[in-house]
Amino acid sequence: MNTKFDNETLWLVGGVMALLAIATVLGQLLRMHMGGEQSSKTVENLNARIKAWWLMVAIFGFAMITGGIGSVVLFGITSFLGLREFITLTPTKPGDHRTLFWVFFVITPLQYWLVAVDWYGLFAIMIPVYAFLFVPLRSVMSGDCDRFLQRTSTIQWALMVCVYCVSHAPAIFLLKIPGYEGQSGKLLFYFVLVVQLSDVLQYVWGKTLGHHKIAPHVSPSKTWEGFLGGITTATLIGAGLWWATPFTPLQSAGMSLTITLMGFAGGLVMSAIKRDRGVKDYGTIIEGHGGVMDRIDSICFAAPVFFHLTRYYFT
Amino acid sequence: MTEDFLVMLAKVITGAHGRWVGCSPDTKQRIYFANHTSNLDALVLWAVLPPEIRQSTRTVAARDYWTAGTLRRYLAEKVFQAILIERTRPTAHDNPIEQILNAMGESCSIIIFPEGGRNPGLDPMPFKSGLYHLAQKRPDMELVPVLIDNLNRVLPKGEILPVPLLGSVTFGPPIHLLNGESKTAFLDRARQALVKIRDL
Repeated sequence: MNTKFDNETLWLVGGVMALLAIATVLGQLLRMHMGGEQSSKTVENLNARIKAWWLMVAIFGFAMITGGIGSVVLFGITSFLGLREFITLTPTKPGDHRTLFWVFFVITPLQYWLVAVDWYGLFAIMIPVYAFLFVPLRSVMSGDCDRFLQRTSTIQWALMVCVYCVSHAPAIFLLKIPGYEGQSGKLLFYFVLVVQLSDVLQYVWGKTLGHHKIAPHVSPSKTWEGFLGGITTATLIGAGLWWATPFTPLQSAGMSLTITLMGFAGGLVMSAIKRDRGVKDYGTIIEGHGGVMDRIDSICFAAPVFFHLTRYYFT
Repeated sequence: MTEDFLVMLAKVITGAHGRWVGCSPDTKQRIYFANHTSNLDALVLWAVLPPEIRQSTRTVAARDYWTAGTLRRYLAEKVFQAILIERTRPTAHDNPIEQILNAMGESCSIIIFPEGGRNPGLDPMPFKSGLYHLAQKRPDMELVPVLIDNLNRVLPKGEILPVPLLGSVTFGPPIHLLNGESKTAFLDRARQALVKIRDL
């Protein structure tokens, strides 16, 4: 799980910091030039988001420096916090209390431990098979059958989306790509960068040019203009970052396109759950962004697909 | 020291933060009355108060529960400065209302749970009359309803290990005892004020 901190990594990190620096300056300029009530609210939110980005980049950068293990711990904590927001919105009953204790304090850490010790076989099936069997068993022992199927399936769903799917991001360190040994940190950085850039660019295109709503009942802020503009630009940037990956420019474009499309799908599905539960955000932990799940919804869907595509074609 | 640690612990475990929707935080004397679903209620409500208000706010708690065991006794006396009252058999010379009023003096606010015990259901149980007597004796004070949500899922009745779900504490608009209002009418209105916070 060792990583080299090479020139390419420096370029990636430096590029992101330069981008954030430009965004910070632009955000402050906008704040000074905008007087109107409506626009100033958007600008305030934009600046809060940029500020939170600095913090997230700092945390992620720290995880990168400490190599694979730092990333495993970081994504483990992220899963834990996301799971917490998700279960909070899910109507479980006192009969599920002991099950939830296992879910938070045994199953979640175990999944990340499997990444840390490089045990791919169990990593891939622990939650889909063994947690799937364990969760209803532990709940049935409480003797409460009311809405049993609904309760157990939402807990399993939460585990799959918040823990299993997210754990595929640090699992990128498990991939042994010929000619790319010890450089997986860059691939993880590339993946997170493309997912998050796609989110940001969809937001920017949507705010500036967006008119035609893409899914008005699910997510009123998503527009066709934002979708097409965001996906295209993020894919082009992703293709341009091929030098940091084991891919050719064309392969990198294909990977980025897949990542951004899956990310969009994740955002859409997680929005539907929020609408269903009658909330706007999953939480309040990150100013301007909402909760952890609001920030990583796209990672949930993109990580497993990116992981398996890379594993199938490049290892 | 213990206080800071407990406040941090309560906030980390429950993720709770105070939402002041019906009034603003203020150091003037108030009675905060809240629904009671979990053993964490008193700790979390106290923890989400701003520090300067927390210093002068005392929780009214059951003596039988908070004097059982060294840890509980220490927390009640040294940290929360709880006002411990007899809930099993109040007598004429051990009147909890007088005791609470004396402990409040001219500067302290209090937290009370007028249901008298923990309630596993969704809506609060009918209130005990203590709130009415306090409102009668101290008509100058604002009675602030506080809705505590989700903590029963963090630590349900009968469980020892908490699950880290997110709780919330919402402060509603203050109420007062109206002129000539009967005890039943007032207690019912107070209970409704608490329930209605959900819709704010």
